[in-house]
Amino acid sequence: MHDIIKMIPVYVMGRKYEVPQGLTILKALEFAGYKITRGCGCRGGVCGACVTVFRRKDDFHLQIGLACQTLVQPDIFLTQLPYIPAHKAVYSINRVLPEGLNLLKLYPVLTRCMGCNTCTKSCPMNLQVMNYIGAALRNDLAQVVELSMECVMCGMCAARCPAELAPFNIALLVRRIYGRHVLRRPGTLDQRLKEIQDGVFSKDLLELKASGKHELEEKFKSLQATKGSAV
Amino acid sequence: MPYPLEMQPSLGLVSRSRKDRLGRSFPKMDFAEKAKLLEAYHPDFRSLEKEAIRVGPNRGMRAPKELARVLESYSRLDAGAVDLAKPDYTTDVLVIGSGGGGVTAALTAKGRGAEVLMATKLRLGDSNTIMAEGGIGAATTPDDSPVIHYIDTLVGGRYQNIPDLVEALVTGAPFVVGWLTDLGVNFDRRPDGSYLTHMPAGHSRKRSHSIKDITGLEIMRVICDEVRNEEILVLEFSPAVELVLDTQGRCAGAVLYNLDTGQHCLVQAKATILATGGMGRLHPQGFPTSNHYGATADGLVMAYRAGAKLIYIEFIQYHPTGIAWPEQMLGLLISEALRAQGAQVVNSAGDMFVDRLETRDALSAAIIRECGERKLGVVTPTGMVGVWLDTPLIDIIGGKGTFMRRFAGIQSRFKKYDIDPANEPILVYPTQHYQNGGITINVHGETNVPNLYAVGEVAGGVHGHNRLGSNSLLDIFVFGQRAGAHAAEKIKGIHGEQLTLDHVRAYQKELEAAEIPASRISPMLLPDYRFEKALTTVEHAK
Repeated sequence: MHDIIKMIPVYVMGRKYEVPQGLTILKALEFAGYKITRGCGCRGGVCGACVTVFRRKDDFHLQIGLACQTLVQPDIFLTQLPYIPAHKAVYSINRVLPEGLNLLKLYPVLTRCMGCNTCTKSCPMNLQVMNYIGAALRNDLAQVVELSMECVMCGMCAARCPAELAPFNIALLVRRIYGRHVLRRPGTLDQRLKEIQDGVFSKDLLELKASGKHELEEKFKSLQATKGSAV
Repeated sequence: MPYPLEMQPSLGLVSRSRKDRLGRSFPKMDFAEKAKLLEAYHPDFRSLEKEAIRVGPNRGMRAPKELARVLESYSRLDAGAVDLAKPDYTTDVLVIGSGGGGVTAALTAKGRGAEVLMATKLRLGDSNTIMAEGGIGAATTPDDSPVIHYIDTLVGGRYQNIPDLVEALVTGAPFVVGWLTDLGVNFDRRPDGSYLTHMPAGHSRKRSHSIKDITGLEIMRVICDEVRNEEILVLEFSPAVELVLDTQGRCAGAVLYNLDTGQHCLVQAKATILATGGMGRLHPQGFPTSNHYGATADGLVMAYRAGAKLIYIEFIQYHPTGIAWPEQMLGLLISEALRAQGAQVVNSAGDMFVDRLETRDALSAAIIRECGERKLGVVTPTGMVGVWLDTPLIDIIGGKGTFMRRFAGIQSRFKKYDIDPANEPILVYPTQHYQNGGITINVHGETNVPNLYAVGEVAGGVHGHNRLGSNSLLDIFVFGQRAGAHAAEKIKGIHGEQLTLDHVRAYQKELEAAEIPASRISPMLLPDYRFEKALTTVEHAK
């Protein structure tokens, strides 16, 4: 940092600290001297561990964001959440079939959704959570997959839902049903597995394992020449 | 915070040269050129930043200084204070770490009838796996084969890979894709239902299986859900701090540390599977890292004290396209898939200087040369330096909306900083990404310490000196399955013996003899980023 750093006031669990402008919530907490154990994971915005609530002074809104992705502002009130309890059904994915699917059997709580949209407003990934719960109620599996695919499982929708659903776990079940039973494994894969089991490649691999650098180099060159486009 | 003024002129040059670059590529290096480039510019060859390890089974082996420091450290544990006669838990198989490798090993061992206990430093699933964007390599298409996959992997690994491990890797690959599909992972598909695959750098066929740009996230969500369905006991926020041996020198569990309460707990196990990941958060050679908060080489430290041998530990993978701007995302990864989709790598003058699909080591070295000696890098207001990954080419080649469809996650991360990678390039610089070496294993994941297995990044040999993209997701599932299956069989002949921490005491004596200061304690567990350390240091770029 070659310029003079501009410091701004933040409040960590109510106590005032001065931190450099432009830091994420996570780094601001660390700059203030907190070593984070719970409430920090990948530090890259995909694991959901650092979801948190924060509020600006003189603003009644309680805001939600991932601490590793959200920039601090002057006079922001910060904390990290250690854990969010949420309900999850136990099932065998092989036995939950899309034909005649009744999600209410595993998640009867779905009927309690009153369409208040709090889940959507709470999602740090800006997912249309209420809409995917609606799609789940209609058994529109593809729609649930599309609307929930970016979910980081932070659990904030479950923490905020007044009807006490855990939307993220319901979406996970639906995505698994879709992947397992609708997309399924393609036939070409089974063909390849059979070839491997039949030892179709064994002889070539045995030879290669004994090959030196030069032979591998030559083979690689000719493969690269026939590789085609990258996508 | 869009791109600052001082970076604008270079942005202009990049956008002006784009039309001319479209459809062209920079000549690929031949083998001799590549070897010369690596030797001159790749950090693996900077011998001053390495040290010979002074103690333990690999005494004399070179390691990055930062790793040597944690290996040459004393235990966190007062060995005498642990009552080894009274384990808090006994189990068949103890799995330490809960990324893709650990979870797969646990599910596999449980599926074969073993009783499994998982211990993990943070939450179930917290790992580098969850951050994997690109994909999982497997020869599933008719024009591909495990044989071609083998050749690519060996060439990428600078011919140093252990052949038997690579054979296991490439022949296990299609099975792993099938296993994940059966668990309900939503792999990208073509309209006919076949897998939509792409070709990462260094591969000769389209064999990377992805789920948009969140491949690891989707897989971890699914397999962690399966751990909960199988009701496997998981002790979260409980990193292992020492392995425990029995009086015959076999691994027999571990001492865990409860991060919430500060208490230790002893797990006695017939087999122990280490899946603790790599060393990125030690910041080897001063680089930023793409790694998870918990990647502090704990598994290497514990296994080394217990007598496990390491291999290729000085070889670090620097992913060529770590984010160099904005500052807040420094070191985070931009998937190789963007280059596969057509994004070129260009310097501050808007010129290509390397083929976009060179292997990670060569591309990293070329970027370091461009920013260093050639002074054709772009300097940011924080003193960081980088080159452009010309992402707008993706929509130009694939049609408008391609970037958003394939890389929604990347798009949304940059949007927070008013940068739109579908229309503006991204500034990149190599970032520490992967530990190519690790604990020596055989095809079952067994180490030289009986009943101790190592899986994934903590293990070495599979990738030689340099791992190919898409082979790490593959590695963890293949060897997770292999270790889990082997351990579930092996435990049948094992009966509990008396436990000991004598190896920790013996190691301590070695440290004392080497006059290593008593203040050095490891494993690190979590890096310390408090106070000014919260601000990024960019020493490596000078």
